Amino acid sequence: MNAMEKTKVIVGLGSCGIAAGAKKVYDKIEALQNAENLDIELKKTSCIGMCYREPLVEIVDENGSYLYGDIDEDSVIDIIEKHVNQHNPVKEYVVQTDLFETEDNEYTKDQVKIALRNCGYIDPESIDEYEAREGYRAIKKIVGQHMSRLDVIQSVLDSGLRGRGGGGFPTGLKWKFANNNKATEKYIICNADEGDPGAFMDRSLLEGDPHAVIEGMIIGAYAIEATGGIIYCRAEYPLAIKRLNIALKQSRERGFLGENILGMQGFDFDIYIKEGAGAFVCGEETALIASVEGHRGMPRKRPPFPAASGLWNKPTNINNVETFANIPWIILNGAEAYAKYGTEKSKGTKVFALAGKIRRSGLVEVPMGMSIRDVIFKLGGGIKDGKKFKAVQMGGPSGGCIPEYLADTIVDYDSVNATGAIMGSGGMVVMDETTCMVDVARFFLEFTQKESCGKCTFCRIGTKRMLEILQKITDGKGEEGDIEKLEVLAYKIKDNSLCGLGQTAPNPVLTTIKYFRDEYEAHIRDKKCPALVCTSLLTYEVDEEKCTGCTVCAKHCPVDAIAGERKKPHHIDQDVCIKCGMCYTKCKFDAIKLS
Amino acid sequence: MRIARIIPKIEDKKNGSVDLTLLDPLLEKFKGKKGNLIPLLQGTQDLYGYIPRQAFEKISGATGIELSEMYGVATFYAQFRLHPAGKHIIKVCHGTACHVQNAKSITESLKEALKIADGETTPDGLFTLESVACLGCCSLAPVMMIGDETYGKLTGNEAVKIVKNIRIRENN
Ligand SMILES: Cc1cc2nc3c(=O)[nH]c(=O)nc-3n(C[C@H](O)[C@H](O)[C@H](O)COP(=O)(O)O)c2cc1C
Ligand code: SF4
Ligand code: SF4
Ligand code: FES
Repeated sequence: MNAMEKTKVIVGLGSCGIAAGAKKVYDKIEALQNAENLDIELKKTSCIGMCYREPLVEIVDENGSYLYGDIDEDSVIDIIEKHVNQHNPVKEYVVQTDLFETEDNEYTKDQVKIALRNCGYIDPESIDEYEAREGYRAIKKIVGQHMSRLDVIQSVLDSGLRGRGGGGFPTGLKWKFANNNKATEKYIICNADEGDPGAFMDRSLLEGDPHAVIEGMIIGAYAIEATGGIIYCRAEYPLAIKRLNIALKQSRERGFLGENILGMQGFDFDIYIKEGAGAFVCGEETALIASVEGHRGMPRKRPPFPAASGLWNKPTNINNVETFANIPWIILNGAEAYAKYGTEKSKGTKVFALAGKIRRSGLVEVPMGMSIRDVIFKLGGGIKDGKKFKAVQMGGPSGGCIPEYLADTIVDYDSVNATGAIMGSGGMVVMDETTCMVDVARFFLEFTQKESCGKCTFCRIGTKRMLEILQKITDGKGEEGDIEKLEVLAYKIKDNSLCGLGQTAPNPVLTTIKYFRDEYEAHIRDKKCPALVCTSLLTYEVDEEKCTGCTVCAKHCPVDAIAGERKKPHHIDQDVCIKCGMCYTKCKFDAIKLS
Repeated sequence: MRIARIIPKIEDKKNGSVDLTLLDPLLEKFKGKKGNLIPLLQGTQDLYGYIPRQAFEKISGATGIELSEMYGVATFYAQFRLHPAGKHIIKVCHGTACHVQNAKSITESLKEALKIADGETTPDGLFTLESVACLGCCSLAPVMMIGDETYGKLTGNEAVKIVKNIRIRENN
C-alpha cells in the first residue's frame, strides 16, 4: 500500500453481520470519524464468511490487513484509538491476518475462493469495486475476442462445472441443449429461491457480490441467445433483493444490460427480479416457472423440459446462483484453471454453509474432494462446547444425515450420494450427542409435508402418514413394526412422486434409520430418548443437592405435580407429571435433572 | 399440505374501512403485464398488511382474473395473509440450524409472554407470532425477525425482553 493512502476501516454488513450488530458498529465508527476528524477511509462490505465472529471489522494499514472479530460499539472505540491513532494493533481481538498466527487462520487457510472471490472484499453496492477486481472482464473478453457462443459453451463444458442447485447436472450440457433450440424468444432464469432451511450460500453471494451473478447470467444469455432474464429470489431475503436492484441499475447504466450490449449489434438482454412468495416447492424448475407466470407453484410433468418449453412456453434455461457466480471466473481464467481443482467427476470448488453445533459456523469454499471431516474439524474447528460429533446433515429436506464414522467421505457428488444423503446446495448442519436423530427426521418430514404442493397422492398423504408415525415415536407411543412401516411408505413415496420434492422427501428418514436404528429402537422399545430431546420420554426429577426451595418450579407446573416447603428441596410426583418441561426451563439453579 | 393454510373465517374487524383507491397506482403499474398476479397480491399486502376481501374483488374486476384463481394463489403461498395481522410480526426461525439449537424454547417463551398461540395476534393488535423456515442467518441460530430487524443467538428470556421493550416503546 502506498504511504499516502489512508488507513481503511471496513465493516461487514451482510444480513448476518447486521443481525449481530454490525450496523451499530458502523454508525459508531462514522460518528467517531466525524467527531475526531479521523483520517480513515470507512467502507462497507458484505459477509466475510466468518459469521461466528460477527460483527467483523477489517483494518488495512501500511503493514497489511487485520480482521477484528466479536466487535461491539464499545470495543470498536478502543480498537480505533489504539490501532488507528496509536498505530498499535490490538492483537487479542484480531481473528485473522497474514502478519501473525491466530487461531482462526485455520478457517481460511485451505479455502479456495472462486464463487466467493469478491465476497467480503468489495462493497456490493459499488460497480467500480467489482470492476476493479476483474468484474465484467469476462463478458468484455467474449465480445473483444469474438468468442463464439459455442466457444463459451465449450469452455463451460471443459471446466466440468456441475449445477450447484443440488442436481449436479453439467452446466455446459444444459446450455448446449438450450442453444440447440433456435426459437426467437428464450429465457434464462437464476434460481435464488434457496429454500433449504439451514443453508445460506446463495443469500451471502447475492448480498456480497450481486454483479458476479449478473455477469454470469449475461454470459449465459449470450451463450444460449436468451432474450430475457429473471432472478427468482426468496422474499425472505430483502437485503439481497435491494442490492440486486442497485446492481442491475448500475449494470444497465454501464451498458452491460440493455440493447446492443458492449456495442455488439443485436445482443439485447435485460434482467428482472421476481420475488417468491414463500413456497419451498418453487425451487423446482417447473414450479418456479408456474410461479413466475403468476400461478400456484405446482410442478408439472417433464418432458417437455424447460429447455424445450419453459416460461411462456419458450425455451428456458435455469441455473442456480452459485453456478452463475462461477461462470465469469471460468471464462476469464480458462476451463483448465477451474478443472484443476476437484475430483474426476466433480470439478472445481463448492461453497458450504456451516451451521448447527459447530464452533466456527459460516461460509467456506473448498475444492471438491476435501473430506467432510476436514471441513468440519479443520476449518470448522470441531464441535461446540467440547461435545461429541454425531452426524452432519447435508442436502436439507432432500438429503440425509451422514454419521461420524463416514466423516472421511469426500465432498463430491457421487461420494456424498453413496451415503444416502445428497450434496444438495451446500448446507451442512452439524449435530452433536444432544441432537436426537428421530426428532431430526420428524422435523424434516414436518417440513416437506407442509411444503408438498399436493398434486401427487403419495407425496401429499404418504408424508403425512410418515409424519404421524414419527410423531408417535417421539411421543413415546411407538410400536414394534413402525420402522418397517416407515420404510415401506418411504419407498412408495419415492417411486410415486412427480417431482424432486416427493422423490427425496423420505431421505432424511431413510438415512437416520440406516445409521441410527438403535435410536429409533430406544424410543420404541425402551421409551427413552438417548439424546434427551423428546420431552415426553424424559423423567424430570429434582436434584436435592442443588434445589434451594425457591418454589419457582412449583408455581409454574401446570398440573401441580411439584410439592415442597419454601427453602427445602422440592419433589416431583411422577404419576402426575405430564412432562411439559416447564420446571426445567424455569429453575434458575439447574436443579431439575433429566433422564 | 398447502391446503392447511386455509384457516376458518374469523371476523375481519377492519372490514369496511378499507380504502380501495390505494390500489389504483398498483393496478396501473401492472396493467396488461402478463404474470402479474403475484406482484399484485404482494403490493396489496404491502398496502394493507393483508389482502382484504374487497381488494380481491377490485383486482379481479380490473384485471379479469377469476376470484377463484386469485384465492387459489393467495392460499398456496405462505406469504399471503387473508386476515389483518399485528403491527409487529414476530417471525421465529424454525429452520434446521435453529431447530437443533432449541428454537422451540423461543416460541414457547413468546407464547407464554404474549399469551397467544403460534400464528395468532395479540388482542391489542401489536404482535403476531409466526414460525418461519430459515431466515438465512443460521450461523447466529436461534434467530428471530421482527419487522426488518433480525436478532440472533437468542434465549427464550432474551426474546421476551426484546418484545417487551417494543411494547414499552409503543405504549409511550
Ligand atoms: C423441491 C425442490 C427444491 C429446489 N430448490 C432449489 C433452490 O432453492 N435453489 C436452487 O438453485 N435449486 C433448487 N432446486 C433445483 C432446481 O430445480 C434446479 O435443478 C436448479 O436450479 C438448476 O440449477 P443448476 O443446474 O445450476 O443447479 C430444487 C429442486 C427441487 C425438486
Ligand atoms: S412430488 Fe409432491 S411436491 Fe412434487 S409435484 Fe408431487 S405432490 Fe407436488
Ligand atoms: S415437567 Fe411439567 S408437569 Fe412435570 S413437574 Fe415439571 S412443570 Fe410439572
Ligand atoms: S435455520 Fe434459522 S436462520 Fe437458518
